[in-house]
Amino acid sequence: MDRDNLVAPQSTPTESTNGDAPLARPHRRGFSWTWLGVAPFFLFAILFLFLPSVSIFVRSFESLGGGFTLQNFADIFNKSDIRNAYAMSLKVSAITALGGAFFGFLLAYAVILGGLPRWARTFLLSFSGVASNFAGVPLAFAFVATMGNNGLVTRIIERLLNFDIHAAGFSIYNFWGLSIVYMYFQFPLMVLIMAPALDGLRREWREACENLGGTGYHYWRYVALPILLPTLLGTAILLFGNAFGAYATAYAFTGSFLNLVTIVIGAQIQGDVLYNPGLGNAMAFGMIIIMSVIMLVYARLQRLAARWVR
Amino acid sequence: MKRFPLFSWVWFILGLMYFFVPLISTMEFSLRMLKGRYTFEAYRVAFQDPRFYTSFGYSLLWAIITMVCSLLLVVPTAYWVQLRLPKLRPYVEFVTLMPFVVPAVVLIFGLIRIYGRPPLVLTTTPAALIVGYIVLSLPYMYRSVDSGLRAVDIRTLTEAAQSLGANWLTIIRDVILPNLRVALLSGMFLTFAIVMGEFTFASLLSWPAFGPYIEEIGSMRAYTPQAVSVMSFAVTWLSIAGIQWLGRGGAGQVQTAGAR
Repeated sequence: MDRDNLVAPQSTPTESTNGDAPLARPHRRGFSWTWLGVAPFFLFAILFLFLPSVSIFVRSFESLGGGFTLQNFADIFNKSDIRNAYAMSLKVSAITALGGAFFGFLLAYAVILGGLPRWARTFLLSFSGVASNFAGVPLAFAFVATMGNNGLVTRIIERLLNFDIHAAGFSIYNFWGLSIVYMYFQFPLMVLIMAPALDGLRREWREACENLGGTGYHYWRYVALPILLPTLLGTAILLFGNAFGAYATAYAFTGSFLNLVTIVIGAQIQGDVLYNPGLGNAMAFGMIIIMSVIMLVYARLQRLAARWVR
Repeated sequence: MKRFPLFSWVWFILGLMYFFVPLISTMEFSLRMLKGRYTFEAYRVAFQDPRFYTSFGYSLLWAIITMVCSLLLVVPTAYWVQLRLPKLRPYVEFVTLMPFVVPAVVLIFGLIRIYGRPPLVLTTTPAALIVGYIVLSLPYMYRSVDSGLRAVDIRTLTEAAQSLGANWLTIIRDVILPNLRVALLSGMFLTFAIVMGEFTFASLLSWPAFGPYIEEIGSMRAYTPQAVSVMSFAVTWLSIAGIQWLGRGGAGQVQTAGAR
């Protein structure tokens, strides 16, 4: 009895101190029509995003005879051409993500903090917006016109140095050529995301560091880089996914000679090249898994990065 | 005073070269069809092909249908979430980010497997293509509409209109949409740019479109593909330029791009 008296007065104020006016009407329970407003959107998402994904998941366990099997997932690792396709896709994505992140970061640094005039920054950011959207068939042809057998850069090098790079064994229709093409849409994306982050580094932080006797090295090592790190890593991961899912550019550029996961899946759609529908589903599902992991890590890093944004 | 920022200039110029050398090369290449001199011959050849017009026309058609459907799907949802169901925002955002998780090739793969057979056959109609394009446009459309809705106080506007006796149709048409004009146009321009150059969906679903057309002539001819690529670049460039021009159209306007 005593205890109840002690506890009761405490709980009543906490209920009313949250600032809300008392409810004029009690909440209506039961069916609410409000939900109908978003029903078409979620219906669309279920029909055309979730169902296809679920179907890929379920069918990747389907054997040739239609029964349940785990063999398809084992085949991803066992069959050399599929393993190689994954390895190649991961390699291109990793290289272009690292290269794009490095080049993009330094470029963003140059125009935001590097003491360049204002127009350089406006120009670069506008162009990055355009270039990050230049992907696909036209981009592939642009690089054929640049570094191909008869490309502008090829001819300029030949005229200036009297050296035919293609005769010397250089080719753009391989791993490195494709990486150079991918870089065209990778580093502008890095610039677009890093520029606001670099802008967010406040002058006070640098001044505080200097007042405490820190040098430029100390500022970058202990203040700026730790703040930027989540954004840097997050964007690099985003670039990775960006390259990993790319199909059109690679298809138009290498004419499906380069063995990427997306190319194999595309071929599997056009005709069952793997002679096993279940294996095709397992390959597609593998891509979804990798992309999900990428987006999860990205989301986490974004949350970390958001701490410093006001 | 400050030193001359040599490092910054070097990187900046390197960056510009990466941007421009391929563009310049493409243009130069497209002019070299006749030996020994620069002519617009490749463009003349490109314009002579009737399939150039039909494929461009089809892409235009797909783009318009996609823009309309995407707007109809996204605007009411974003508005309703902002106004009545803020709790659902994370779920809606999750859905709009799904296209980044499911690559286009994989999505197509799944769509064909499900909607290529009864009970619901979509792959024999352009519906599957449009569905794919709507999915592609979702992240961009939702983000621009959502930031547009956040920029104006949608709740107050709606309540003000309601207290003046407006019905829902009037509220949407005369109050909400005019305030969202810039956001909607940005989303539409981006969708337009994406659909006009799209290759994966159209190619794998075998519908005529500009992207597959460029790829196809690429395997048949030299020089003309580059000429058509230049035109395709121009379409993308104009759409994005349109967005950036809209974005700076006065104080308090929304901008879709990550840039400030």
